[in-house]
Amino acid sequence: MVEIAQPAPPGRRQWGNFALQAALLIVVGGLAYGAFVNAAYNLQKANIASGFRFWNNTAGFDISQTLIAYSPSTSTFGQAFWVGLLNTLLVASLGIVLATVLGFTIGIARLSRNWLVARLAGGYVELIRNIPLLLQILFWYNAVLKALPELRSSISLPGGAFLNNRGLFLPRPQFGDGFGDVLVAFLVGAAATAALRAFARRRQDLTGAPPHTLPYALALMVASPLLVFFLAGKPLTFSFPEMGRFNILGGTEILPEFAALLLALTIYTAAFIAEVVRAGLLAVPNGQTEAAQALGLRSGSTLRLVVVPQAMRVIVPPLTSQYLNLIKNSSLAVAIGYPDLVQVFAGSVLNITGQAVEVIGITMAVYLCISLVTSLLMNLYGRTVSIVER
Amino acid sequence: MAAANRIYLREAPAELLPAPTMRAGVFGWLRTNLFSSPLNVALTVISVAAIVWVVPPLLRFFFFDAVWSGVDRQACLASPQHPEVGACWAFIRVWSSYFVYGFYPAGQRWRVDLFFFALAFGIGWVAWLGAPRRDLGAAYLFIVLPILSYFLLSGAPLVGLVSVPTTQWGGILVTIVVATVGIAASLPLGILLALGRRSAMPAVRVLSVIFIEFVRGVPLITVLFMASVMLPLFVPDRFAPDKLVRALIGVALFASAYMAEVVRGGLLSIPRGQYEAAAALGLPYWRAMGLVILPQALQVTLPNIVNTFIGLFKDTTLVFIVGIFDFLRTIEAARGDPHWITPVTSVTGYAFAALFYFVCCYGMSRYARNVEARLARAHRR
Repeated sequence: MVEIAQPAPPGRRQWGNFALQAALLIVVGGLAYGAFVNAAYNLQKANIASGFRFWNNTAGFDISQTLIAYSPSTSTFGQAFWVGLLNTLLVASLGIVLATVLGFTIGIARLSRNWLVARLAGGYVELIRNIPLLLQILFWYNAVLKALPELRSSISLPGGAFLNNRGLFLPRPQFGDGFGDVLVAFLVGAAATAALRAFARRRQDLTGAPPHTLPYALALMVASPLLVFFLAGKPLTFSFPEMGRFNILGGTEILPEFAALLLALTIYTAAFIAEVVRAGLLAVPNGQTEAAQALGLRSGSTLRLVVVPQAMRVIVPPLTSQYLNLIKNSSLAVAIGYPDLVQVFAGSVLNITGQAVEVIGITMAVYLCISLVTSLLMNLYGRTVSIVER
Repeated sequence: MAAANRIYLREAPAELLPAPTMRAGVFGWLRTNLFSSPLNVALTVISVAAIVWVVPPLLRFFFFDAVWSGVDRQACLASPQHPEVGACWAFIRVWSSYFVYGFYPAGQRWRVDLFFFALAFGIGWVAWLGAPRRDLGAAYLFIVLPILSYFLLSGAPLVGLVSVPTTQWGGILVTIVVATVGIAASLPLGILLALGRRSAMPAVRVLSVIFIEFVRGVPLITVLFMASVMLPLFVPDRFAPDKLVRALIGVALFASAYMAEVVRGGLLSIPRGQYEAAAALGLPYWRAMGLVILPQALQVTLPNIVNTFIGLFKDTTLVFIVGIFDFLRTIEAARGDPHWITPVTSVTGYAFAALFYFVCCYGMSRYARNVEARLARAHRR
């Protein structure tokens, strides 16, 4: 960043600057004070309490998707807040993973030497980027998922799942005694694989012997947990959804609101990530690819060892802002009634308590925190891929 | 040295290689672009299959099986003589004036048309890089037009224009108003904030940074909620702004924070020598900025500015959530009309909305790309 060298302002100039700043602070402070006074007066007139005492009051409204225990008659507004926050985090984290996969695929496809593939990927990006996200969410929800058959004529999917306009009903896994051992076996296998890889890489650096860790990794991370699974007597059963008369019983349900939001967020953000990835790959000079080929690297290795590590440096900062956009855009859930933080807290809780200042303040603070933590994590990751300068 | 020792010397002529594959002509093009390797052949086959699978049904739905005229849902329901029903364009035709004007009184709609025309004129004047006196155009677009349109649209009883409360505005009119107010307010505010963020005065800098980072860290919906729920609390009752104005304030503040970062990017790209040259000429701060720095910075970052406008235009749909009848909201309302409920009504409505937004946003992005290409040519010179 280029800082402007301000010429040292002597005498009058300095006083002018000081006066300007003082005036600005007075105006901002005055506005804030006026707002505070008016808000206090208006709230008192409307008989609305202030402060955070509502946090422990009984909520009294139901929420359609709860990741933690929640009941409308006993749970508090505070618990409703956590339910909403978890729902936001759930859809945002799944969306980030899926959008990254789809976005990288399409970004690479746009640079494909296959003309047709490149054109199709380009068309996808142009179409999706130029249509508002809210419209896409409404489309998936109202025109696709709500247009599915009704309960009585549910579509049966292979594996005992049902699909209708109330959602997707999947078998729910039920973990018996001894499933913990399977998890432990998997974690031990994963740790051993990591150690093995580090060892193989060091051996490659010293001797040039290529690392062949895949069979061992499979044995450690797949075969051994499977073995433990069968030894423990298959401690995993499924509760299958069953068609009742008015409802589907058992199983686990994926709400159409959740599916529509996730689908739209993924498709929309992937188009932006694809552009980020394309720009990143194009930013690596051609000479790098040619140098790698001159060294005798195959095209896969060229991409993996030379092009991608350099492209990631360019990709990570704009990718971070796309992740932040996705998290913020997940608040559009309110349009279709997915119970995210905004819908539950800034919607239902606000309507019941009427405490706009506190509720909106908390909501904004939470989004600021999520944004900050995400940027922090991505900056840490960015540091691992950045240029190590000597 | 004996020639026999040099094992790398050839003793016989090399074998003839086959002629290189044809790279010219239709077949050459196909070979290089579609069938250069087994993987590419597979990708091509999959792509063609996908196109064949998707495109003809879409064409059938939107054109060949579509219903173009009718007076109610009967026209768009499947019947024995018309078993496959495509898009119900008749629904769009019947509702089209609602989509454009909302509940704006029928006799007064010429005012909206006049506004659209005046706006298109101003945008054309400023956007066409070869137009004469674009500075006047900018003054017209950013100062004269907003004031005139305010009186034109909301009414001026003194000159005989009946007042039309904003609750009667709707449809594309509201979408355009929100977008243009957002654009017209965010550019100057964004420039001020960007300059503030780089100012040497600590109070100005800190306030600008806090505002920009705060607004950029929260979703637009929460800003709109704040504007629509909290703003009325913060001002005395008699000044409480109406619903549309509140949303406009929210959109303008939100957009200006993003615009500030775009402008700052432009400012960062101006070499230090320009600042020093302006200072050496003895220009005071505002004249240095106005005459030397900003013209260059804004030109460099013009494509990004247009991209911010595109984002803002798409974000105008969010005012729907705080209960304002923008274009998308009118589609949602019309979609639920019992006279028109059919299995294809929703899809038709959304397709029409998507077409509208796509045309506007794609047009803007093509313009940004043209400007970018022009700038690149100018730099290469």
